Amino acid sequence: MNIIVCIKQVPDTSEVRIDPETNTIIREGVPSIINPFDENAIEEAVGLVEEHGGKVTVISMGPPQAEAALREALAMGADEAILVSDRCFAASDTLATSYVLSTAIRTIGDYDLIFCGKQAFDGDTAQVPPGIAEQLGIPQVTFAIGLEIDGRKLRVRRMLESEFEVVEVRTPALVSVVKQINEPRRPGIKAKLAAKKKDVTMWDSTCLDVEACLCGLDGSPTRVVRTFAPSREIQGEKFEGEPGECAVAVVERLIGEKII
Amino acid sequence: MDFRFTEDEQMIIDAVKELCDEEFRGRASEVDEAGEYPWDNIELLREMDLFGIPADEQHGGLGMGFLLWGVVGEMLSTACTTTGAVFGAHMLAEYPIMAFGNEEQIDKYLPPLTTGESIGAFGLTEPNAGSDAGAVATRAELRGDRYILNGTKIFITNGGDAEIYVIIANLDPSRGTRGLTAFIVEKGMPGFEFGKDEEKMAYSALSNRELIFQDCEVPVENALHKPGRGFRVALDTLGVGRIGMAVGAVGLAQAAFEAAVLYAQQREQFGQKIAEFQAIQFKLADMATVIEAARLLSYKASWLKDQGEPFDKEAAFAKVFASEMASRVCADAVQIHGGVGYTRDFPVERYMREAKLFEIVEGTSEIQRGIIANRILREYRV
Repeated sequence: MNIIVCIKQVPDTSEVRIDPETNTIIREGVPSIINPFDENAIEEAVGLVEEHGGKVTVISMGPPQAEAALREALAMGADEAILVSDRCFAASDTLATSYVLSTAIRTIGDYDLIFCGKQAFDGDTAQVPPGIAEQLGIPQVTFAIGLEIDGRKLRVRRMLESEFEVVEVRTPALVSVVKQINEPRRPGIKAKLAAKKKDVTMWDSTCLDVEACLCGLDGSPTRVVRTFAPSREIQGEKFEGEPGECAVAVVERLIGEKII
Repeated sequence: MDFRFTEDEQMIIDAVKELCDEEFRGRASEVDEAGEYPWDNIELLREMDLFGIPADEQHGGLGMGFLLWGVVGEMLSTACTTTGAVFGAHMLAEYPIMAFGNEEQIDKYLPPLTTGESIGAFGLTEPNAGSDAGAVATRAELRGDRYILNGTKIFITNGGDAEIYVIIANLDPSRGTRGLTAFIVEKGMPGFEFGKDEEKMAYSALSNRELIFQDCEVPVENALHKPGRGFRVALDTLGVGRIGMAVGAVGLAQAAFEAAVLYAQQREQFGQKIAEFQAIQFKLADMATVIEAARLLSYKASWLKDQGEPFDKEAAFAKVFASEMASRVCADAVQIHGGVGYTRDFPVERYMREAKLFEIVEGTSEIQRGIIANRILREYRV
């Protein structure tokens, strides 16, 4: 079974601070990590290949420093790593990113499954996994919390907001996973040292059959109008007096605000 | 002189830091209170491949050095002193096998130790022998294809929980230290039993047991190095052990310092944070200074070891300075905490109790000063 895992390198959100003056993320000195949900995707892929045999290829689109995330994936047990990196891919939105990644996946060719994390910690859109599946014309199952494989039949348990849903698809298919699906392994030092010595394949736009107008800013219909930190100035209101009077006042207020 | 770590060393240090922050630090008090040997933490050290740092890669090690081993020991000690102590004591079996074992012994016993599949322990101390290694009363006699061991070891760290032991016994008491011989003994060998697990002032989760040998049969091929050369094995192992103790003390002092420097910036008296009082500032400054001094002494000793140069004097410098430093720093950390520092609600009282161990174990401060005096008087002989 050949599995492709798409990963993204993101800033470590536990160490991200917001500049109170400009309301933008302070990126200096913030370490980069594998998007946490993508670690679950890697773990699921590596676990399946350990059980059924095959190969895990991990792929990322990003700046050259994203190689570190790929090496971490190799340390976790992925067999091969590909970094798709080109200046003309910069500023890609989710549509352009899905396009470039799907083109790279076509170039890899032979695969049974594609795993992704359900969404990235930084962008939080959850649009790239479905985008890739659409571009490739294969079935997609998002928010997977468990899966069983029987030949070409894949049975996936999806975690929805208030229920679980079980669906069956035929491979090749794309699956995006939630963090509850597994506990990603912590690679040992030997695996980390070995991963440092492995090759990470570098693909730029010339290696892929991509149309320039569909990549980067040109291929991105999304326009970011403004970024800002959510306001924190929510103030509580205190109702004072007898409990009965307070209750009446609260209800009137809620009706007045058209909340009830 | 370059104080930077190599890229690989730094990568390992970062990974260990993450492990300490995520797994060990928050549970250290819990581990101590539970009083159970910390198998969960040992499993994490195994998964991270941390038991064989200085051993070669063919035998399951990382092929790094004692410098990195010491740095990792220090970090573990900061996060959880008990885990640091298990890690340090383990090397006292791994190291002599690595350094003195023949090919068969290394092939058989080194991989389970480097991978952490088996925990190791080193047995020298007896009721009447420790500092005075020549007084070891555990006897070994050659009978056919076996050595027969008789005697009792005490205070053995990891004792009972370890699988592989390096034991110092005397083949010929009339020859004193020249009769000493090191043996590799496995848990479960006939005639090898465990006795009392000491109740100590601190480290309730660490096993320090009696090892009892009653006509214990050890295969003849398990004699380590040459018969009669056990004193050399013991001295070399203790040299590494002293580095381990020095970095352990540095790590513990670091934990106490960190607790104090954070607390001093929270606690208010007379309308200000106590960290704004110069009396506290100077105490913190002195703590940070001596910790760094002890750290550098320790690193220097392990660096010499990695260069294959004599390091016993430097290991003694590091051990005596770091252990006495840790006692002082931990006591100061309690002092900075004031009343709450004396309670079990804060970890500093435990640190203060733990610190005392370092001044005693692996050669007391007095023994270390003796080693140092011996060396310097020889160097400056008139």
